[in-house]
Amino acid sequence: MFTEDELIQLSALQHLVFCERQCALIHIEQVWDENLYTAEGRIMHEHVDSGKSENRGDIKIATGVPLRSLILGLSGKADVVEFHKIRGDSAKKKVTWQPFPVEYKRGSPKRDNCDKVQLCAQAICLEEMLGTEIKHGALFYGKTRRRFDVTFDAGLRHETEQAAMRLHELVESGKTPPPLYGAKCKNCSLSDICLPEKITKGNLSVETYIKKCLSQDAE
Amino acid sequence: MKRLLNTLYVTTQGAYLTKEGETVVVKVGDDTLGKVPVHTLCSIVCFGQVMVSPPLMGFCAQRNVSMSFLTEYGRFLAKVQGPVSGNVLLRRQQYRLADSADESAKVARSVLIGKISNSRTVLRRMLRDHAERLDNDDMLKAAERLGISLRKVQSAASLEQLRGIEGDAAHHYFSVFDNLIISQREEFFFKVRSRRPPMDRVNCLLSFLYTLVLHDIRGACETVGLDPAVGYLHRDRPERAGLALDMLEEFRPYLADRLVLSLINLNQVKPSGFKKLETGAVTMDDETRKVVLVAYQKRKQDEITHPFLNEKVSVGILFHIQAMLFARFTRNDLEGYPPFIWQ
Repeated sequence: MFTEDELIQLSALQHLVFCERQCALIHIEQVWDENLYTAEGRIMHEHVDSGKSENRGDIKIATGVPLRSLILGLSGKADVVEFHKIRGDSAKKKVTWQPFPVEYKRGSPKRDNCDKVQLCAQAICLEEMLGTEIKHGALFYGKTRRRFDVTFDAGLRHETEQAAMRLHELVESGKTPPPLYGAKCKNCSLSDICLPEKITKGNLSVETYIKKCLSQDAE
Repeated sequence: MKRLLNTLYVTTQGAYLTKEGETVVVKVGDDTLGKVPVHTLCSIVCFGQVMVSPPLMGFCAQRNVSMSFLTEYGRFLAKVQGPVSGNVLLRRQQYRLADSADESAKVARSVLIGKISNSRTVLRRMLRDHAERLDNDDMLKAAERLGISLRKVQSAASLEQLRGIEGDAAHHYFSVFDNLIISQREEFFFKVRSRRPPMDRVNCLLSFLYTLVLHDIRGACETVGLDPAVGYLHRDRPERAGLALDMLEEFRPYLADRLVLSLINLNQVKPSGFKKLETGAVTMDDETRKVVLVAYQKRKQDEITHPFLNEKVSVGILFHIQAMLFARFTRNDLEGYPPFIWQ
């Protein structure tokens, strides 16, 4: 169990699953970057972050819902939580509202699990705060305008818990891991700051660079 | 690489800046002089009697737009600081490095290699482009001496030695600076560097440009989370931006000195645009200051290949790149600080 002081932003989870160095740059080093600002889909989030709710009969929709989990040590906001009306058997006529988190993403579905993990973490927060069980949620991708249902099975929950633990280890260490240059660096909005190609071991060192510059000068 | 954003220079006395939605509005009395969307700006610099509304200050702080106030003559007065945030671990490491004599000497070496190498390149370029109009012998000698200084810097161990070598190098470089002025030589001459106050037109231009570049570098340091006040070659002194001054060294010859020379040599500034005060100090008039500001902004839009990153970037982004490289060195991603070396 974590205390409120120890909570880390929930959005850090998806950064961690994507790349530990990216996560460290954002959450340890607090790098500020306009690219990241826009890449995180600020514009898209604005319409769902209004904190308003609406009622559509069998579905209630809450936006910009504050969340936290002391088990995972995370706090943040859910873009949208839908509450689906579930009628009990006709004899009792008891109605319950089943929470169903929906996360909006600007781009297209990704190959790794980072979006699913983030959504699952939201579900775990909601379970903890509402004392209920949540089996499903959905991801909505702006680029494809498609909604995918996500099932919070044991495997995904385990991955989410592991990611949260690793996130706490990383942030507490205060150390930014070196880059591992790979294909995914092309889709990273922080590559200008991370310099994966330059800094990856075996590449141009500063000493070599200075020597090279000065030797070109030699007559 | 990051897009080059603009700096808004407000030189109109009595102007008032306010926030309207996502834009900065410049007014004088009831007249609106201009509206600038904030996402196109990286900094706002106000000269003299210019007022700014607190909501705009807060908005700029939030959006990472640096805001500074200078006197009419370009002397720094104050800057707006938002809620302190950023990279605490980076700053702590920056201070640790500054506390170590060896680490400080290492940074100072890099900085001076950049400065002296770029100074030499300025001389060599001028020799190449204007050989027929220059005193070649003196220039070649000075360039050679700078080469010797460069070698000395690479083997110097202490800050003390490094500062000595820098003093010599600056002396060699400025001893031939007057030779680089090829038009309006009667009115624009350079004998010796004078700063407080500048005693001739060339020094007045140099000081003003150093101030402008320093302001941009300070902003770049703050943007990447470094503390511009704590330097290595420049020891901490109240009122002095040590790190920004360290990083200015590479850019003095490459950016400021060359711009001053081209303003004079292309007759873009006129002798009549300067005024001698009773004490002999020289200041420039509003018109000249505007010419310099516009030329500086235009220069920042030129493209260049960054020698370390091998990427095409705008000149105006160089400060940001160097600050970012310094931060990556501080955080141990790079084994040294790669200065900007102009080829």
